[in-house]
Amino acid sequence: MSILGTRVLRTEDPGFLSTGAVYTEDVQDERLAGACYVHFVRSTVAHAKINSIDTSAAKDGEGVVAVYTAADLAADGVKPLKPMAPNMNQAMLQTLLASDTVRFVGEPVAAVVTEEMYQGEDAIELVDIDYDFLPAVVDMNDALSGERGLLFPESGTNVVCTFGDASAADPDLFEGCEVVASEVIQNRRVAPAPMESRSAAAVWGEDGRLTAWIPNQGAQGTQGALAAALGVTPDLVRIITPDVGGAFGAKFGVDAEQVATCWIAKQLGRPARWSETRMENLVGMTHGRAQQHKITIGGSRDGTVLAYRLEILQDSGAYPKFGPFLPSLTILMAPGPYRIPRAEAWATSVATNTTPVGAYRGAGRPEAAAAIDRAIDLFADAAGVDPAEVRRKNLLPKFTEPHTTAFGAKYDSGDYVTALEKALEAADYEGLLAEQAKRRANGDTLQLGIGLSSYVEITGPGGEAGGPNENGTVEVHPDGTATVLTGTSPHGQGHQTVWAMLVSDELGIPIDKITVKWGDTDLVPKGGGTGGSRSLQLGGAAVQQASRELLDVARERAAETLEASPGDLVFDTETSAFSVKGDPDISVPLSSLAQTERLFVRSVFTAPGPTFPFGTHVAVVEVDTETGKVFFRRIVTVDDAGTVINPLLAEGQRHGGIAQGAAQAFLEEVVYDEDGNPLTATFADYPFLSATEVPSFELVEMETPTSYNPLGAKGIGEAGSIGSTPAVQNAVIDAVSHLGVTHIDMPTSPQRVWRAINAANGSKEA
Amino acid sequence: MTEIKLTVNGTARSDEVEPRLLLIHYLRETLGLRAANVGCDTTSCGACTVLLGEESVKSCTVLAVQASGRSVTTAEGLVAEDGTMSVVQEAFRENHGLQCGFCTPGMVMASTSLLAENPHPTEQEVREGLEGNFCRCTGYHNIVRAVLAAADKLSADSSPSEAEILGVDEAEAALPSAGVPGAGVTA
Repeated sequence: MSILGTRVLRTEDPGFLSTGAVYTEDVQDERLAGACYVHFVRSTVAHAKINSIDTSAAKDGEGVVAVYTAADLAADGVKPLKPMAPNMNQAMLQTLLASDTVRFVGEPVAAVVTEEMYQGEDAIELVDIDYDFLPAVVDMNDALSGERGLLFPESGTNVVCTFGDASAADPDLFEGCEVVASEVIQNRRVAPAPMESRSAAAVWGEDGRLTAWIPNQGAQGTQGALAAALGVTPDLVRIITPDVGGAFGAKFGVDAEQVATCWIAKQLGRPARWSETRMENLVGMTHGRAQQHKITIGGSRDGTVLAYRLEILQDSGAYPKFGPFLPSLTILMAPGPYRIPRAEAWATSVATNTTPVGAYRGAGRPEAAAAIDRAIDLFADAAGVDPAEVRRKNLLPKFTEPHTTAFGAKYDSGDYVTALEKALEAADYEGLLAEQAKRRANGDTLQLGIGLSSYVEITGPGGEAGGPNENGTVEVHPDGTATVLTGTSPHGQGHQTVWAMLVSDELGIPIDKITVKWGDTDLVPKGGGTGGSRSLQLGGAAVQQASRELLDVARERAAETLEASPGDLVFDTETSAFSVKGDPDISVPLSSLAQTERLFVRSVFTAPGPTFPFGTHVAVVEVDTETGKVFFRRIVTVDDAGTVINPLLAEGQRHGGIAQGAAQAFLEEVVYDEDGNPLTATFADYPFLSATEVPSFELVEMETPTSYNPLGAKGIGEAGSIGSTPAVQNAVIDAVSHLGVTHIDMPTSPQRVWRAINAANGSKEA
Repeated sequence: MTEIKLTVNGTARSDEVEPRLLLIHYLRETLGLRAANVGCDTTSCGACTVLLGEESVKSCTVLAVQASGRSVTTAEGLVAEDGTMSVVQEAFRENHGLQCGFCTPGMVMASTSLLAENPHPTEQEVREGLEGNFCRCTGYHNIVRAVLAAADKLSADSSPSEAEILGVDEAEAALPSAGVPGAGVTA
């Protein structure tokens, strides 16, 4: 029986549970002996000219080795970090340490290097920076108007980039619609907040090569970005990836502090280490989401949607990283799983005096799902049709051949109506409606809300040149063990276990004899890393393909050894050996075939395109109509990501995604005051989801395999966070919709809910 | 510098430390026990949770000097000499109660302490007991499953002593546990 599809326990876990995983901060390596510690002095103001920086007192501080500012970097010829993409405003440059202007609270201004860790905390207090305050541009609408000033005056605008063409809007888009609903909604800024913050450890060898331990999602991308920032060729940079304590999109590439740490190690000719505090993490690591949507939806009174428009304003934060690019993914997925005859979308990304925005679990797609599923509910409410019925009526019917949308997305396969029906049945939708009606009739304080979301998302895009691709290498050793190299890069997903399952299934080697390696650019020079839910469908498929190709090589060798024709050999995974057909006594194990010559294959798997997982979430909440408090009671989800290789781990991915998405809907939000001061810069202030705020999750199985890879697998890493946000938000609004409430922005805090109830003032009360 | 004497995972230790040295940094940097992690600076996340005596504490809010004369248990200390993990650790593995692993050693210690105090918790009691320990990966679903499974396993193993749950030997568990006022006791 195949090991694939079974609930194999993770081989990572015994180490993680007993001695703990080895994160960058834990790395003990002789090359790092005698390392100094880097601390950053960060801007305490959102927008200001730097008049002067006095480092003299700090330089005299106990244990201080050196203090650096932007002037030192410039003197060494270190270039600013460029915007991430060519279509972004090229005047918006970030120096590793702020040069003449600071543009967000938390921006690094000076680096203090000390002999010991604790000394740095004291020494950074001794750096004196004199600021000339500038008006802070905090709200993205102010950024767009430019009325509160410009972050980069020389660029003449706060606009980073645009997508689509607002001037080409169809004035007749909603022509013939009996019902039109419109709303400006906020997809709030949230903090990825992986439990492991950012860090780095760096040392330059006598050969002039840098070795850097950096938590990341793809060592090869980090290598390229780091080399470019340091102005050296990539071959002079070796990235080693220790265990990574969560990333959620925010650990791709390299950040200014990590580049600076590597530069400092070179300046001082000794190893350097940096680890940030949580407070630094919450202002220094990229944030996610931060979009404003104007949604307009129209259709017939019977619940048929005819037209949809999505206008996006993206808050990019102070410097253009991945954030300004997010709307392109939102636009691509704008219509979601719905069949909408007329749809258009465009976006503008603007710079603000806030922490830069980057990818966060789902990156652009949760925003699309939140917009369309909020729109569907607004339309259902306006048309007076049940939200489930509106979805049933407008979902694309089942398709097995690729379906191309008006926005150019090519959905590989989908069965959206079945997902909806399965979720409704598992949730007992009819029973919930009855309970809701009863509570409404009784005028109960605790009202029931039911929220739906039917989503489709895109996973596994990109890679090296060409279609989506990834490499995998499998080697069988003479002792019967095997080593796998992968260009993907786990940070909690469990690749070590699943990649071993894939190899074991092909080669019959037990998973505990298979070692999986990643993240060392000397070992694995190429790779796309882990993000966009790409790992299994590309990296896993590559490992499976390499295993099969290895078997082809081994078969030739076995034929020579057994003096038989390759076609007469059979491979038995029970014994991991070839034998002659009909004569099982004449056999040779795979390990023997690696005795005289290395037995390994490196293979690149290329998919025809990205895949499109889909599903439906049904969320159930209770809302206290007197206090506005939301109680998250149930969530039933169908998340169809094709064939599942390890249900235990796939479920874990869904759980985590559901929790993060739900947290965004009713709890989590990064908040700034009007001067750009962060109000959520600690875990005491940022409402990080805890165990008491979520129920157990009810997962419903559904597998519609894709034809795009031999595994039949689509991505599962982000699905949970895409479906749950709109489901929970819709549920909260549904709980109080009978009071006349049609919309409440995320997160649905007690204050927002209470205000919405009072503003509606029972206008719709039966 | 101040001299501290304490027992860590059953081994007597004596060290000269800076008075301001945090227990978590003493464990990690001085003793090289790096399972527990620093996840925040406000005693919010619990990644640094260890046992001080029988009580779980957040070791980022305890000074090393406060642990003097006491017994400290970390995740490393729950593992038997033959490498066997404790019932709680094994339950985390069997229920996939961990992903990236960063919160895990703290979560395991908090769960261990929770079960020592309440051997038969309801799901709600587990959730409340772990409210002070953050996890970003699992949505808490499988962590709760793991703790409930560990509770079942421990009760099936004919009323275990507190020491068995704690994974420490009797002598150590019997050490006096004077309270540490305001010292990051988990919720």
